[in-house]
Amino acid sequence: MIYLQLFLGFLKVGCFAFGGAYGAIPLIRDVVMSYGWLSGEMLTYMIAVSESTPGPIMVNLATYIGSNQAGFPGAVVATVAVVLPSFLIILLVTALLKTALKNKYVQAVLRGLKPCVIGIVLATGIYMVFANCMGSIFAVELNYNAIIISVILIAAMLGYKYFRKKKLSPILVIILSAAAGIFVYGI
Amino acid sequence: MNILLDLFLTFAKIGLFTFGGGYAMIAMIENSCIEHKQWITHDEMMNITVVAESTPGPIAINCATFTGYKKAGFPGALAATLGIIVPSFAVIYFISMFLDHFLEIEMIADAFKGIKIAVGLLILDAAATMIKKMQKKKLPRAIMACCCIIMLCVNLFAWNFSSINLMLIAGIVSLTVFILSGAPARKGGKEG
Repeated sequence: MIYLQLFLGFLKVGCFAFGGAYGAIPLIRDVVMSYGWLSGEMLTYMIAVSESTPGPIMVNLATYIGSNQAGFPGAVVATVAVVLPSFLIILLVTALLKTALKNKYVQAVLRGLKPCVIGIVLATGIYMVFANCMGSIFAVELNYNAIIISVILIAAMLGYKYFRKKKLSPILVIILSAAAGIFVYGI
Repeated sequence: MNILLDLFLTFAKIGLFTFGGGYAMIAMIENSCIEHKQWITHDEMMNITVVAESTPGPIAINCATFTGYKKAGFPGALAATLGIIVPSFAVIYFISMFLDHFLEIEMIADAFKGIKIAVGLLILDAAATMIKKMQKKKLPRAIMACCCIIMLCVNLFAWNFSSINLMLIAGIVSLTVFILSGAPARKGGKEG
């Protein structure tokens, strides 16, 4: 029953999506891969599309995967499921449990969750860069095109930060990478 | 104008014009809800930002739910939350209808091969920013390092282990250390 799977899968994502936009990406990868909804490659494309379209990344990904798996109803089910936990928790906190989050035991759990999420995001980033440039660990094969593009992008990101004292916006990084992809893979 | 409709439209506008989500939205929400509409105060906004950090889900959605609830109870929360979701839902649903065909064009496929690399780097960059803001203490650092190594192995060797389990374990470890350290017993003690 695909609707139930979408609902439960994205409910899980919604319950554990700590750490902002990027915190949810490893979770969504986890759920999507375990159900076999999308290939890793397609998911990565969609992360870029979500980054370049309005709205929270988590909601964008839920809508896309739901629509991809089960059309419009699937998109609605996945989107509602991913938002529901944070909606209910905020209602609970503002209406009833004003001090629940200040409870020292809750705070102790949260102090463990946050670094864990950071570690997971870091691992996901390292893994993606590794997989792009070298393929699988069981059959390492250098992808020279990918390495060239990585170097160009890292230089652009670090250079911009050094000279302009602020981060290159993610949308600009994506546009630059698209141009580099067309140029490097096209010739 | 009807308050529910007003909430819906205001948050739909915020949802439509903020890219990249997260903190970009806070500036927009401050501008419309505090200065323009005066639905909530600066202090309330600060509070909800802190709450958002401790609860799951995008901060923009947390802010919408909170503001809607303050102004018009449960229906208000529903209207504001729907408002912030509907634009991104519509845009992505539209894209999902033709993305597959789009990727069959060779030049677009090449562009996406480049984009794939950018996504990995953006995630690394986000992690670096989070590490910089992290508490400079032993326990969080140790948890961070362990979780990173475990997740890296899970990804590289395709182990069957969910990141949710890892988060639950990290929460339990942190709680256990807190209780064993005797901090809860100390009167008004600073947590350690």
